[in-house]
Amino acid sequence: MRTLLNTLYVQTQKSYLHLENDNVRVDVEGERKAMLPLHHLDGIVVFGNVLLSPFLIQKLARAHKPVTWLTEWGQFTARTETPVSGNVLLRVAQHACTCDPGRTLAVARYVAAGKLQNQKTTLLRSAREAAEEDAPTLRQAARDINAQVGVLPLAETVDEVRGIEGTAARSYFEVFSLMLRANRDFFWLGERTRRPARDPINAVLNYVYTLLAGECASACQTVGLDPQIGFLHALRPGRQSLALDLMEELRPVIADRAVLTLINRQQLTPRDFTLHEGRTVTLTEDGRRTILRHLQERKGEEVFHSLTGRKTPLGLIPHVQARLLAQHLRGDRPHYPPYLHR
Amino acid sequence: MIDLLITYDVSTDTSAGRRRLRRVAKVCVAHGQRVQHSVFEISVTEVQLLALRERLLSEMDPTEDSIRIYRLRQPRERFVEAFGRDGYRDLGAPLIL
Repeated sequence: MRTLLNTLYVQTQKSYLHLENDNVRVDVEGERKAMLPLHHLDGIVVFGNVLLSPFLIQKLARAHKPVTWLTEWGQFTARTETPVSGNVLLRVAQHACTCDPGRTLAVARYVAAGKLQNQKTTLLRSAREAAEEDAPTLRQAARDINAQVGVLPLAETVDEVRGIEGTAARSYFEVFSLMLRANRDFFWLGERTRRPARDPINAVLNYVYTLLAGECASACQTVGLDPQIGFLHALRPGRQSLALDLMEELRPVIADRAVLTLINRQQLTPRDFTLHEGRTVTLTEDGRRTILRHLQERKGEEVFHSLTGRKTPLGLIPHVQARLLAQHLRGDRPHYPPYLHR
Repeated sequence: MIDLLITYDVSTDTSAGRRRLRRVAKVCVAHGQRVQHSVFEISVTEVQLLALRERLLSEMDPTEDSIRIYRLRQPRERFVEAFGRDGYRDLGAPLIL
């Protein structure tokens, strides 16, 4: 089993990372800021104007430790493709499965079911802590989503599954801001807008989802799956469809919960955002730092996985799920079991 | 992960000794953090420990030098007290620079 190593995030602009003695040495303006032994890291994520030496990139790639480049604002730009490990037979099985509409539909259904269940759990959990006037609305949204779960088995095409998922997403995001208990006048959610973000919640969600998608892509790669061949998400050049599939059920658990916690504990406040002209919102550097720290700490938190019956760090759940999906694709498992958070 | 404390005394009387000193230090830097001049705190897996021990033994001269590897009791923060200038960084904590 994989152990949870640490990811290094570098967002100090003009940093220079290079290899020294099997360590990553981080210099800022010629001054040494850190020496980190490589064997503690399982990847590096850099933001904006950060330079990596070619030797470091190659050393990391050989050790299957990916480098992810994001813009200063957290938008994904590139990722090193390390030599594809894993089993070619597994990838052939994966391709065969995407070519089979029946099996694709089955996987897509389970992925969507997992997501909807986890959205429901998130809503119900927030309802328990919400103000008296908000709780019934949240419970109603949870019931609406539950109804959509009931409709899923009737879906006959992947498109219908996407429709059901979309309906549930609307009920979910309509009440999303009711789950907040702090700074409500500032944090609002118009509708989900990807780029650019029109409101603070969208800005945070986009940022956290980008990071999560990267983790899911790594998980696919590690298990030996092709991250671009997905089931629920349509195939499109350059799109990591499988990573996005894997991420669906984890969005409410890993990303949305983190955002809610940070806002409710007032660790994220209006000061962490910049409002630009033309109604766009971005996160400040401090805000991004707060989010990264929280996500990284939560990765170490152990959760009970109902299928493996083991306590697993939250950060390894994408890997466990990728492995379960691989077992299904190889035919060792009758269906793909999504991760259901308690 | 196993937490270790590694200390060494490498004779620097000859130029060969000074070279050994640099090389022993390099091996230690590659695996962990320097907390004092010839004192390292290192955390490795069982396999990495074997490799580390092998490399240290191949660099040292057993008639002149001495290397000691202590296992630290975990959790480190409960059993290690550090005073004064301390550049130790917990590599299990979020690494955001």
